[in-house]
Amino acid sequence: MLVFILFTIIVAAGTGGELCVSRAMKRVGEAQSFHPMEIARVTLRALRQPWMWAGVAMMAFAFFALLGALSMYNVSFVVPVTALSYVAGAFGGAAFLGERVTWRRWVGVLLVTIGVTLVFFGKS
Amino acid sequence: MIHGRIAKKLILYNRKVSIEPVVDKGPGSGMAAHKPLQLKTFLMILVMVLAGPVGNVLLGMGMKAASPVSFWPPVQLLQSGLRVFASVPIWLGILSLITFFVAYMLVLSWADYSFVQPVSSVAYGVVALLGWLVLGEKVSALRWAGIAVICLGVFVVSRTGAQTTSQLPAGNG
Repeated sequence: MLVFILFTIIVAAGTGGELCVSRAMKRVGEAQSFHPMEIARVTLRALRQPWMWAGVAMMAFAFFALLGALSMYNVSFVVPVTALSYVAGAFGGAAFLGERVTWRRWVGVLLVTIGVTLVFFGKS
Repeated sequence: MIHGRIAKKLILYNRKVSIEPVVDKGPGSGMAAHKPLQLKTFLMILVMVLAGPVGNVLLGMGMKAASPVSFWPPVQLLQSGLRVFASVPIWLGILSLITFFVAYMLVLSWADYSFVQPVSSVAYGVVALLGWLVLGEKVSALRWAGIAVICLGVFVVSRTGAQTTSQLPAGNG
């Protein structure tokens, strides 16, 4: 049971965090150059976005869940299962960002799911 | 206006002709559709697919050393947390993951996402390999098959293009 809770947190909080950060960065806008002043300006703007803080908090939560999972299971089991974030990303992109997900991408998502299932049942 | 444009085109055309040698280099020489894989791209991807898995393996090492980690009650969780963040492999792992992230950002700033993403899914294989060789984990045949299918899935996902929200109008020359 704990394994499902941990992986749900890793995948959902990790993907949710990335969606929040990408939403915040879209509001901030593109960096015009790699000049230190410009990077500082963009960073300060990003830190004033509530979405950024929500995203960072979720990603930190996901990281701690990853550490928790690694304390119990093998690395060669935990890391492949985190590939489920591709599945969450497709659903999240379609639901929250209004992205059109093509059937070809759904095929890829299905393949990732099958792969993760195999890894899961290949747990020795 | 139109005359001006034509004149400009003619000037450009003449310039092109005068600069480029008029030698037929054979089929496929006109449009360079496939740029050769640059050395810096190759090196950055190498850093990515090594630093990421190494970071995960180090985190795994650190957490195995710190286990059992109790999640409840909160006092125990705090104690476990302090034990975890006092270990050297955890910090090395975090450093390695930061290296991965910087390399990922750098390579994405000049290479296509749809190229970087499938190539970096090799990392799933590298993790299993390192887990098997370094940590002595048992990786069953079914798990290897699963990792291969995941890589295939990532490849198919990345072939769909990075942007689907807006489409460019059909090209009209």
